[in-house]
Amino acid sequence: MNEPDKVRLVLTVNDERVETLVDHQETLLETLREGLQLTGTKHGCELGECGACTVLLDDEPVLSCLVLAVECGGRRVATIEGLASGGALHPLQDAFADLGGSQCGYCSPGMIMTAKALLDRHPHPTRDQVKAALAGNLCRCTGYLQIVDAVMKAAR
Amino acid sequence: MSGASLIGKARRRVDGRAKATGQTRFADDVRLPRMLYCKLLRSTVPHARITRLDTARAQAHPGVHLVLTGESFPVPYGVLPVSHDEHALCQDTVRFVGDPVAAVVARDEATAADAVALIEVEYAPLRTFASPADSLAHPEPRIHDYGDTGNVHKAVALQFGDVDTALAGADHVFDDVFFFEGNTHLAMEQHASVAARDADGKLEVWSSTQTPHYLHRALAKALAMPAAHIRVHATPNGGGFGGKSDPFNHEVVVAKAAWLLDRPVKICLTREEVFYCHRGRHPVLMRFRTGVSNDGRITGIDLQTLLDGGAYGSYGVASTFYTGALQTVTYDIPTYRFRGCRTFTNKPPCGPKRGHGTPQGRFGQEVQLDKIAERLRLDPAELRLRIIAPPDSLTANYLRIGTIGLAECVRRVVASSGWAGKFRALPLGRGVGLACSSYLSGAGLPINWNDLPHSGVQLKLDRSGGVTAFCGATEIGQGSDDVLAACVAEVLGIEPYDIRLVTGDTDLTPVDLGSYSSRVTLMMGNAAIEAATRARDLVAQAVSRRLEIPLARVAFQGRRVFDADAPERGATFQEAVCMAEAQFGTIGTTGSYTPPRPAAQFKGGGVGPSPTYSYTAAVVEVEVEPDTGLLLVPRVWIAHDIGRVLNPTIARGQVEGSVYMGLGEALMEEQVFRRLPSRLSHALVHKFPSMLEYKSPTFLDMPEVHTDFIESMDPAGPFGAKEVGQGPLLPIMPALANAVYDAVGVRVDEIPVTPDKILKGLRLKAAGKPARVGPASFPDNVPWPEPLLVTPPWDGGDGRASNAPARTARRAADAGIEGKAGVRR
Repeated sequence: MNEPDKVRLVLTVNDERVETLVDHQETLLETLREGLQLTGTKHGCELGECGACTVLLDDEPVLSCLVLAVECGGRRVATIEGLASGGALHPLQDAFADLGGSQCGYCSPGMIMTAKALLDRHPHPTRDQVKAALAGNLCRCTGYLQIVDAVMKAAR
Repeated sequence: MSGASLIGKARRRVDGRAKATGQTRFADDVRLPRMLYCKLLRSTVPHARITRLDTARAQAHPGVHLVLTGESFPVPYGVLPVSHDEHALCQDTVRFVGDPVAAVVARDEATAADAVALIEVEYAPLRTFASPADSLAHPEPRIHDYGDTGNVHKAVALQFGDVDTALAGADHVFDDVFFFEGNTHLAMEQHASVAARDADGKLEVWSSTQTPHYLHRALAKALAMPAAHIRVHATPNGGGFGGKSDPFNHEVVVAKAAWLLDRPVKICLTREEVFYCHRGRHPVLMRFRTGVSNDGRITGIDLQTLLDGGAYGSYGVASTFYTGALQTVTYDIPTYRFRGCRTFTNKPPCGPKRGHGTPQGRFGQEVQLDKIAERLRLDPAELRLRIIAPPDSLTANYLRIGTIGLAECVRRVVASSGWAGKFRALPLGRGVGLACSSYLSGAGLPINWNDLPHSGVQLKLDRSGGVTAFCGATEIGQGSDDVLAACVAEVLGIEPYDIRLVTGDTDLTPVDLGSYSSRVTLMMGNAAIEAATRARDLVAQAVSRRLEIPLARVAFQGRRVFDADAPERGATFQEAVCMAEAQFGTIGTTGSYTPPRPAAQFKGGGVGPSPTYSYTAAVVEVEVEPDTGLLLVPRVWIAHDIGRVLNPTIARGQVEGSVYMGLGEALMEEQVFRRLPSRLSHALVHKFPSMLEYKSPTFLDMPEVHTDFIESMDPAGPFGAKEVGQGPLLPIMPALANAVYDAVGVRVDEIPVTPDKILKGLRLKAAGKPARVGPASFPDNVPWPEPLLVTPPWDGGDGRASNAPARTARRAADAGIEGKAGVRR
């Protein structure tokens, strides 16, 4: 069997240095979920349509299903697994859990990472700014309003 | 007994932390050592005989472990006992583009996909049926060799009282035809399944299923294995909405593959494949003939519905009955004839989507009521208040209504929306519309008729003070786990967080029929309360004896068990459990729930009964751009008779999620098909099986929603609760269509209501023609059977049909699960 050549990839994931082997055509989503077993990042389409796979790449929200893993060498990736720290949930996580921001929870990791990128830049957004920032993330359960509530609460 | 300390208070749901941290383990998150991956070869033609299927090159492909075809799956299965018409892989016929033909199991997904491409298949095309009109016009070739006639899967007719006389004697008869386009669930999580043999060699399956019990049954039948040797784990679903309620071919395939290979096998469908799995909203054409007196009372309704069922049965027979079942639960309808017909077509099968069969008929009825109100110069809200069905009554079709808070729902939305100042009063281009609805709190009869409970809960209490609740119910986002924990915690006076939950596991948990028909809160909740009450009784007896507190005064609250008259006298909950364990031995209790027997005794009367019904009223406001037809929804007011709110945060989320999904259906969502060009295959294909082209509302499309709950405290519900997951969706689509009429005077009698349809209506209006857009007529070639004639209760009926033999007594409890052979026993 001819194994395709693997590429050695060194990157920072959730503030830890990670070294792994990836295929040329492998997406960051696949590397995270399959290679690194960080299954908190979800997928809903693998075509860049739903936002479920959003992670932060050098603090920018990206659709990890559209990013090649080989592009990520030396870069910083943040996923939902790295958000809580010191035994405490991130305020966004607390707010999502408390205010109904998650129902099935499948879109939540991508939603929360997108919201984090917003709050990192705009600590006190308006409701309209929250909606605009999250408009690329689909949710079929909540009707979005409790997600906006949660982001607004986390921003306080 | 404690006062309600949890119920009705906003709380973090018990699974909130897991979901906000990404730790909830969905089916595709399950990874097992030595796991292999499965891909399916799906039909590229809509209807054909398979004339050649050669898997040799795929079998020889490096990294491939197994190739399966229909030969390995001779036994059919299906969710309804009357429609066991699916094979995990097609036998000799494919019935829609996407029907699975073969499966490859390989070391990874890419290898499996490569090998799938090496399978050679040749088809002899058969006539394609693209619509119910096609299927009615051409009985041959038959898509299935079962069903009523030709390509009619099922045609049903029921008549309650002399509807023809009632219509003939009415002051007005309204005759309207409506169409409701199909749409799909679009749950964020793609279906996924993992199967393996455990260390004992038994089969174990993890799957994104709303109905582990039905999957369990289907696997036992399709694989001809004892159900007791199969373990199904329903992983938390990343959204269901009905789309994960059928046993699916991919689940059967990976189970078989894992069994043969003795290695774990996973499949995760692509988004495109999810569109082929479907089981979503049936497209329904319907005709309402309604007799009305001058004061607005309904004298009778003659309803016909025509459903586009797609290629397989699924829940379709039930869906057909549901298009006509619940009208009578909402309004007082003294005479009623319902005829429904489901046709097979060469498209992905339709089935249950949130509201299951009722949104279509509800749309037609509520838009027609808007027309009736206008003709009679009645306010639409006033009209509805005049005709709401009475509480504690039996309807013409023998559905038993308990509490009904619909009048209060109507009054509440009229007040909150400022209806009086808006209806027919806003400037051109702005409008409001109102609609009502009702829904089941769980189906009154099981799918597989038997005398067994619909839900069971077991509790284990031990000296650690720990309480574990076991239940087959499935968390799909609706809050099933939270209801279970809350019901047990409320009775035992502890916190939901104190309770460990084991759910959706057919080895460990008592059967719950699944997360469908809005049944979980009511049925599982009642079972949980029964189990918890039995446990509390044991603990109370032990504490009473040990601490010499009169039994009637033993109270449970704040993780303590104490004398209600002297709260300082008592024990911690843990100490109290130890006392009980010392007195009675190991503490385990059970509870179960079986709905009351329905009043209906006629064939078809099994669809519609429920322990109680929820009610909803909604006002939708729209803004329509008169030059373009562009339609925006700035605000929605909704009031829901929920019986009792258990957790306001979750309840509100269910309502807002329903409003959202209803708006998606009303405005944009369509599961539609097109022909490929003739120079290609001319095949009937899904128009846009992708999340990008299948439009669904985003954050920017979602209006403000004002939600009110009416608490009717239904005696049938746990702590008085009814359902909230589906009912609030139902009034949204008709309220929106009614609002468009209020805004620009255009009637769009079909769903979705899109700008092009509004613009067409505006142009008709400008040309002085009737400003109505919608279907022209209902076909006259439906092979209706003679209606079953059932005398309504107020005319002395007993629930039986007068022109049919009495139904034979229910089959004695079937074994609960179909066993080995491929025949029903």
